[in-house]
Amino acid sequence: MWDRNTVEAKATRMRGDIVEMIATAGSGHPGGSLSAADIVATLYFGDVLRHDPANPSWPARDRFILSKGHAAPVLYSALAEAGYFGRDHLATLRKLGSILQGHPDSKKTPGVEVSTGSLGQGLSISCGLAAGLRGGELPENVTDDRTVFCLLGDGELQEGQVWEAAMFAAHENLGNLVAIVDHNGLQIDGACTEVMCLGTVADKFRAFDWNVTEVDGHDLDQVRDALLAAKAYSAGPSVVIAHTIKGKGVSFMEGEAGWHGKAPSPEQVAAALIELNVIEGSQA
Amino acid sequence: MSKKATREALGATLVELASEGVDVVAVEADLSKSTTTNKLADAYPERFFNVGIAEANMIDVAAGLAVAGKIPFTGSFAVFGVGRAYDQIRNTVCYSGLNVKLTPTHAGITVGPDGGSHQMIEDLALTRVLPGMRVLVPADFNAAKAAIRCAAETPGPFYVRLGRATLPEVYPEGVEWELGKANVLREGTDVTIVACGVMVAEALIAADILAEQCVSAEVIDAATIKPIDAETLIASAKKTGHVVTCEEHSIIGGLGSAVAEVLGENAPVPMKRVGVNDVFGTSGDPDELMEHFGLTGIHIANAAGALLRR
Repeated sequence: MWDRNTVEAKATRMRGDIVEMIATAGSGHPGGSLSAADIVATLYFGDVLRHDPANPSWPARDRFILSKGHAAPVLYSALAEAGYFGRDHLATLRKLGSILQGHPDSKKTPGVEVSTGSLGQGLSISCGLAAGLRGGELPENVTDDRTVFCLLGDGELQEGQVWEAAMFAAHENLGNLVAIVDHNGLQIDGACTEVMCLGTVADKFRAFDWNVTEVDGHDLDQVRDALLAAKAYSAGPSVVIAHTIKGKGVSFMEGEAGWHGKAPSPEQVAAALIELNVIEGSQA
Repeated sequence: MSKKATREALGATLVELASEGVDVVAVEADLSKSTTTNKLADAYPERFFNVGIAEANMIDVAAGLAVAGKIPFTGSFAVFGVGRAYDQIRNTVCYSGLNVKLTPTHAGITVGPDGGSHQMIEDLALTRVLPGMRVLVPADFNAAKAAIRCAAETPGPFYVRLGRATLPEVYPEGVEWELGKANVLREGTDVTIVACGVMVAEALIAADILAEQCVSAEVIDAATIKPIDAETLIASAKKTGHVVTCEEHSIIGGLGSAVAEVLGENAPVPMKRVGVNDVFGTSGDPDELMEHFGLTGIHIANAAGALLRR
């Protein structure tokens, strides 16, 4: 059942995790993890994604593919919060022997469906997955509305392969595919408009015959409504373009391209956690 | 016996596997008539996906289908289906250890008139370096059917090298692929010729030429390039003391390199690699190109003779 306060609390806790994990690791990508926190929290804790942490390979589950794999910390925090593995693992991010690699690794991390990290590939993988699930047989007597959710970055849309996948999804009428664009407007080298202008993302997807919705990616009600409507839409692929703020929730990171891939100092972690009203060291 | 190309085994074997209830699917990039995946499309349209001219998408759609439990085989030409989509093969298929079978066709210089842009002679180097990848190079149509069947039945990523040129029959119909096993096709005592693919028939011709010169050549079809059959190679090298490798591929990174890696560490003997000598291909008829690049039986025999006189 949907409880707005619970999802909001999860998102805040995940933001604290992200800041602490990356600081402990000494490297990582806070900006794009924080911008996606509300989206991922809504998926996992807002009764959108059908999943069972006790049974990661449950055949009837929906699938989540993090195409923007550098935002791994937001996924790891959600998976730990959901119970796929213990929260004690979060402090091992990027360390030798950890189940939590710098980018998602399906061979090492329970709940990660496929390895990602090389940008532009997740939507193609999601297309194949959606096509493969369609018409499949489920052991239980559940309605087969299994949906593949794929979270992309906006800078990632510069990869040509994304549009190969966009064509394929429409051509194959993949009604069980929902893409989500974390549209925070920034990439490593600066603003997307300056590095390589994306134009109007919604228009581009409409031109590829997708069902398009735009939301405020930090308004949990809007995000949830759009995701559920997209899941219910079966005539073809849907995309939810979530307008977000890079670094959202940590004021000195917000809107700063420099926080794309940089670890905060201990002082910055303390300031961030006070702002988030999360107790330091809570990740353990 | 009718001469057939190894590419013709792709569609034929996929249809057989589908009819047996094996959950194979094909993902093609607009070359279904050339690769023969159109055979599967005709017989089982629901098992066929054409992504259009989009090789990167082809590999990752196959990856997604594998995650969904299917056994996907990918099409296109080797130069695109391996070369253009290499990051997808490395980072998604192999890094995730997915059950994807790379079966593009038109590998090697025997593609012919299309020229160097379309003649993939780096594919063995690119694929065998990837952790978890198995690399098979069938020598004829019957071996190609066996290789495709082996790939379908064995979990994990595979690359099966398939070609456009028609080839003489080396193996009988119904032959089975022994994964990781090299086949000693002819026993000899003076020199070992290790070949794969198109070059196996040429190696047998070379052995005949050498026999006329009273040189006893052992001919080995390496067949599985990865995992390579070190045991068979070491035993033969110790027996003959001389090894010639031959491949329709760059002499860098392919069969010759793989054999040198094994023998260098275990049974160092004088060696000569016959292959495309660090140049790109060029337009011409396949037979002309085999001669042009020095890949025919007489060239292999001459290389063996020079090695024995060294």
